[in-house]
Amino acid sequence: MGVRVGVLSLQGDVSEHISAFRRTLVSMGDDTGCVVAVRHAKEIPLLDALAIPGGESTTISRLIDKNSMRNAIERFDGGIFATCAGMVLLAREVDDTRVRPLGLMDMEVARNAFGRQRESFEAIIPVKGLEDPYHAIFIRAPVATATGAAAEPLASIDAGIVAIREGRHMAFSFHPELTPDIRLHRMFLKNLGI
Amino acid sequence: MTMNLEDLRFGTELIKRGFASMQKGGVIMDVVNAEQARIAEEAGAVAVMSLERVPADIRKAGGVARMADPKIVHEIIDAVSIPVMGKVRIGHFVEAQILENIGVDMIDESEVLTPADEEYHIVKTAFTVPFVCGARNLGEALRRIAEGAAMIRTKGEAGTGNVVEAVRHMHAIMGEIRVLQGMDDSERAARAREIEAPFELVRETAERGRLPVVNFSAGGIATPADAALMMQLGADGVFVGSGIFLSENPVKTARAIVEAVNNFENPAVLAEVSRGLGDPMKGIDVHTLKEDEVLRFRGR
Repeated sequence: MGVRVGVLSLQGDVSEHISAFRRTLVSMGDDTGCVVAVRHAKEIPLLDALAIPGGESTTISRLIDKNSMRNAIERFDGGIFATCAGMVLLAREVDDTRVRPLGLMDMEVARNAFGRQRESFEAIIPVKGLEDPYHAIFIRAPVATATGAAAEPLASIDAGIVAIREGRHMAFSFHPELTPDIRLHRMFLKNLGI
Repeated sequence: MTMNLEDLRFGTELIKRGFASMQKGGVIMDVVNAEQARIAEEAGAVAVMSLERVPADIRKAGGVARMADPKIVHEIIDAVSIPVMGKVRIGHFVEAQILENIGVDMIDESEVLTPADEEYHIVKTAFTVPFVCGARNLGEALRRIAEGAAMIRTKGEAGTGNVVEAVRHMHAIMGEIRVLQGMDDSERAARAREIEAPFELVRETAERGRLPVVNFSAGGIATPADAALMMQLGADGVFVGSGIFLSENPVKTARAIVEAVNNFENPAVLAEVSRGLGDPMKGIDVHTLKEDEVLRFRGR
């Protein structure tokens, strides 16, 4: 059976994540895999990978609890691909009590680390494991300000760590789902042995 | 890695449209002070619209409605961590410059305020912050996108608590897109001339089967059922203006609308969240509005 990727579909840029993973599976020649929107806790154990999209972390955090999904995500044994708000949610600690993080990655994350929307930016940054640099889109982005021993930073800029891997999980301050470049999606799936 | 400031690009179309995409599946709530903003954030709003008065009170007050006092906007910005939006008059690019300077995350060039220019809209590509604009039909939506809008919302009829115009506008936009999808390029070119929209945007819309930017609904949404109705008709999210803080129980109503948008296709959840909310805002039959009280015909 092909790989099953789910995108947490509570709020945020869900369709962009679905289409990026679909393009990635096609590029890897996987025509049996599928990418689905996930709205219920019972769907999560059936997945190989789960994406937590960009959006508002306060909103998604609240909806995870409203929809009783916290437990299923915390126990999930596949890989998690998290961008922006998703990265905030994966953290062990967040600099803001309005978000209740899942604590799945050993990192401290600062929300809106660059300021307001007018400070959102695009930049070409080097990422460990990629031959050529990556065109990264930062939108009211968070950064990791501290990490534990198991966490491996993949990209850092002045403000902090912006891409990070820990075991099966990967988290990004920026939005790989908004550009056509699927190298980070491939790296994530390969890391899961897919 | 040390970043050189000249290597960074700000305010690109990708960043503006990307910001709008992050709002999808969310509720953006009108607030007039820091306390309301905190209630909205706590209820799960994805952003707040900072205003001096909600649209229903703008109707009551009469006179010229303008951009809010920057003091109010500042207080709201300081109170919440979610994005803060602000409204400017149609064509009033100086009000927009001021809101951008204050740090507003998205500007609504809005028919709810009294238009400053009856001929031209703001050239939104000239700004770093993204804009949202109202539309009643596809031509209007694509003209705003051509001017640089990163998000469209139905105009509806703001401040009435009556969803009928928002429904009309959403049907119009979605229906026109379905018609375009069945056309070839020469027919689309003719249609582009008719609806006074750029051909390239008409073609892109037809090929994607949706607007090239995020499409929210606004203007008359007052209940969880209204919000879910707009989502089922194809909205990417909703703006709720007077509907929350003019209802009997704003805290409960705010939470209920967030959950309704999240579960818009689940009648069991919609039934649950609609229970015992108290009176929604009173509402106005749009057919009783006098000509000068109709907001949706402002701007074209």
